[in-house]
Amino acid sequence: MTTIRIDHASRWFGNVVAVNDVTFDVGPGVTGLLGPNGAGKSTLINLMAGFLAPSTGSVTLDDRPIWKNEQVYREIGLVPEREAMYDFLTGQEFVLANAELHGLSDPGAATARALATVEMEYAADRRINTYSKGMRQRVKMASALVHEPSVLLLDEPFNGMDPRQRMQLMELLRRMGEDGRTVLFSSHILEEVEQLAAHIEVIVAGRHAASGDFRRIRRLMTDRPHRYLVRSSDDRALAAALIADASTTGIELDFTERALRVQAVDFGRFTQELPRIARSHGIRLLTVSPSDESLESVFSYLVSA
Amino acid sequence: MYDPTVARLTYRALLGRRRALILCALPALLLAIAVLVRVTGVADDNVATNLLGGFALATLVPLIGVIVGTGAIGPEIDDGSIVYLLSKPLKRSTIILTKLTVAVGVTFLFAALPVLLAGLIMVGGSQQIAVAYAIGTVVASVAYCTLFLLIGTISRNAVIIGLVYALVWEALFGSFVPGARTLSVQQWGLALVDRLVGSGVEVTSAVALPTAAVLLAVVTVGGTWYAVERLKVLTLAGEE
Repeated sequence: MTTIRIDHASRWFGNVVAVNDVTFDVGPGVTGLLGPNGAGKSTLINLMAGFLAPSTGSVTLDDRPIWKNEQVYREIGLVPEREAMYDFLTGQEFVLANAELHGLSDPGAATARALATVEMEYAADRRINTYSKGMRQRVKMASALVHEPSVLLLDEPFNGMDPRQRMQLMELLRRMGEDGRTVLFSSHILEEVEQLAAHIEVIVAGRHAASGDFRRIRRLMTDRPHRYLVRSSDDRALAAALIADASTTGIELDFTERALRVQAVDFGRFTQELPRIARSHGIRLLTVSPSDESLESVFSYLVSA
Repeated sequence: MYDPTVARLTYRALLGRRRALILCALPALLLAIAVLVRVTGVADDNVATNLLGGFALATLVPLIGVIVGTGAIGPEIDDGSIVYLLSKPLKRSTIILTKLTVAVGVTFLFAALPVLLAGLIMVGGSQQIAVAYAIGTVVASVAYCTLFLLIGTISRNAVIIGLVYALVWEALFGSFVPGARTLSVQQWGLALVDRLVGSGVEVTSAVALPTAAVLLAVVTVGGTWYAVERLKVLTLAGEE
C-alpha cells in the first residue's frame, strides 16, 4: 500500500506557473488525472516521478521525498509520454536492460514475465524501431512493470493506441489497481478516464479543479450552462419566445454572424423546448449548434465551480 | 561506480552505424597519410611529429572527443530516453562514470590506437615518437571526453559548442592569442609528449608539464563532479 502525497505543490518555469498550489493524495487503485492539453498534467507526473523539483510544497512517496531520491524507483514504475526509447535494441533487450538496471536477482525471468503481461512476446525479438506506436507503448509498459512496482505512473498512455490495444491496456491497469497497486494515468479524454478510473483528479491551467468519482465529475460537467448558436427564419421573434422560457438565461443577437447566441441553463429542457417553441411561432430553425463543447470550456467551467 | 548495463547501452548507441562510420573516417585518413608518407620515402622524425602534432593531436583527437564525449550522453538527454536510466535506483555518479569509461575506451580505439599505429608506420620506434604521442592522446582524450560529456549534460547544442571549442578555440584562437593556449587540452597533451619523446626531436608546448598536469586533473575531476551534479537535477520538462 503506497501513497503519493502532493502537498501544496507548485512548480513554475520562469514566469509561467505550470502547477499552482496543488494538494491531493494518490492511493491504491486506479486514479485518472484529467485535464486539457497544457494543463500541467505532465508537470505533475514529472513531480511525482522525481524528474522535477517542486518550486514550493512537497511531493512524497509514503512520507519520503521523491526529488533527488533514486531509491524511490524501487517502488515506482514510470511510463513516459515521449516515444524515444533505445530504438536500436529489440523489445526483449530493452526490457531486460531495465530489469538489470533495477538490480533484479533474475532479470531474465522478470523480463519474460513483463513481456507476457503486455502480450508482446511475439515481437520481442524485433528491433524497437520497427514497432508501431501501440507496440512501443506496451514495451514501455513492460519496462515499467518489470520490477513489480507498487506505484505505476503513466503519462497519456492511450495516445495513439487502437481500440483493441486500448481495451487491453485498460484491462491490465484495472487488474493492477485491483491488486492494490497505486496506478495513476493522465488523459485529456473524459470517456477514457471514466471507463477506467474509480477516482478522478481534474487539473486545469495548473490548478486542481475537481476531485472525486466519475459521477460527480460528470454531473459537474453536464449541469453547467451551455451555449448555443442558433440561426432561424426570424431570429428576433425566436429570441423573444426563448427568453420567456425558464431554460434560458441570456440571448444575444449577433449581427455579424446573423445568428442568436443562447445561454441555456437547463440543458435537457432547452433541447426539448427549442423545436417546440419554434414550431408554435411558425419559425424555421436553420442552425442549432453548441458553441462551447470544446473540452477546454468544460474544464474552465469546472475551475470556476 | 560502474554498471555493465549502462555501459552496454552507451557503447551500442555510440557505435551505431552512422556514428561508427564518422568515427572511422578520421583514423582511416590518418593511417592513409602515414602509409603514404612511408611509401613515398619522405618519412622522418620531423614529418612524423608534424603529422601527429599538427593533424592527430590538433584535429583528430578533439573531433573524436567531441563525437564520443557528447554522443555518450547528449542524444539520450535530447530525445528523453535517459529517463529509462534515471528512473532506476542507480547512483547518478555511476551513470556518469560508466559513460565516461565507455567514452574513454572508444576514443582509445579510434584515436590513441590509430596515433600509435601511424607513428609506428612512419618512423617505427624512433625517438619514442609513436608511444609518446599515443600516451599524449590518451591523456588528452580523457580530458576531452569529460569536458564534452559535461557539455552534453548542460546544453542541447553540445556538438556545436564542442566543435567551436575544438576548432575555433584550440586551433584558430590559440595561434593568435598565446594565453588561449594555456587553456587548451591539446597543449596539455603536447606538454606530456614533450617530456616523453627522445631528445632528438623538438616538440613545443605552450604549457609546462606541471601546469598541464594540474589543469588536466582539474578539468577531469571537476568536470566529472559537475556532470554528476547536473544529472541529479536534470529535468525532463518541456514536453507539454
